[in-house]
Amino acid sequence: MQRVIEFFAGLIFGLGLLLSGMTDPGKVQAFLDLAGHWDPSLAFVMGGGVLVGVLGFGIAKRKNKSLSGQVFHWPELRHVDRALVFGSLIFGIGWGLAGFCPGPALVSMASGEAKAFVFVLAMLSGIVCFDRITLRAQEPLACAKDCP
Amino acid sequence: MTIDWLNFTPWTSLAGGLLLGVAASLLFIYSGRILGIIGILEGVLPPKLGDTAWRFSFLLGLMLSPWVGQWLLPADGMHAPQIDASWPMLVVAGLLVGVGTRWGAGCTSGHGICGLSRLSLRSLIATLSFMATGFVTVFVIRHVI
Repeated sequence: MQRVIEFFAGLIFGLGLLLSGMTDPGKVQAFLDLAGHWDPSLAFVMGGGVLVGVLGFGIAKRKNKSLSGQVFHWPELRHVDRALVFGSLIFGIGWGLAGFCPGPALVSMASGEAKAFVFVLAMLSGIVCFDRITLRAQEPLACAKDCP
Repeated sequence: MTIDWLNFTPWTSLAGGLLLGVAASLLFIYSGRILGIIGILEGVLPPKLGDTAWRFSFLLGLMLSPWVGQWLLPADGMHAPQIDASWPMLVVAGLLVGVGTRWGAGCTSGHGICGLSRLSLRSLIATLSFMATGFVTVFVIRHVI
């Protein structure tokens, strides 16, 4: 049952992306193009999402456990740090350059768009490379802690 | 700045946004998981024991959405994608999006929808940050270069 609900969450999310226009990089860039012929539509996407989300997460806050019986995985990080800001700034540059963010790129790839496929491959490489590099950077630290 | 009234789609965009909120609420209330595409992908790169089934179920649903959408979504609500970026540009953009969202621990869904809905200060800062460079980047590629 739980797997079915999660499948439908993915399906509804994808349909929302398609309907909203987020899977069209031209429309995303038209939203980001304040100085040109501006298309404000995507502000409505975020507005609609947050409107429902505030209700949904508000309900979850008043419960101890999720409906499946598992605990709520509330994000634990609280403080604003350099990683959050610099990471997000870099993400925005990539988003502006191509007009794709991760979810819409996956949906666009699934609809057979070759350019989205290349974007997703590059994005996954970016994630894996980042993890490799940060892991390597952490190793000496881990050793310094474990080895007396 | 002029407003592009011809391509302005407040209703379908709002309806799509409501669906995003429904999906994020459903996944959290039922499974207790945050709907963040990068967070979900990261957990299957490589897959970790006991923590992948929900990720694959979600991703399968996401990937089947274009196919289901052919029947469910109104034809005029479907946007034929217009991808201006060249192939090399897509590679650069993809790498930046991968590294940036991983480093910043979230993307438009995790920070922009879920985080703002939780009234998280971190996510507000993240969203303002990626929107800011998004605006600047498009300004540069469309009006400067």
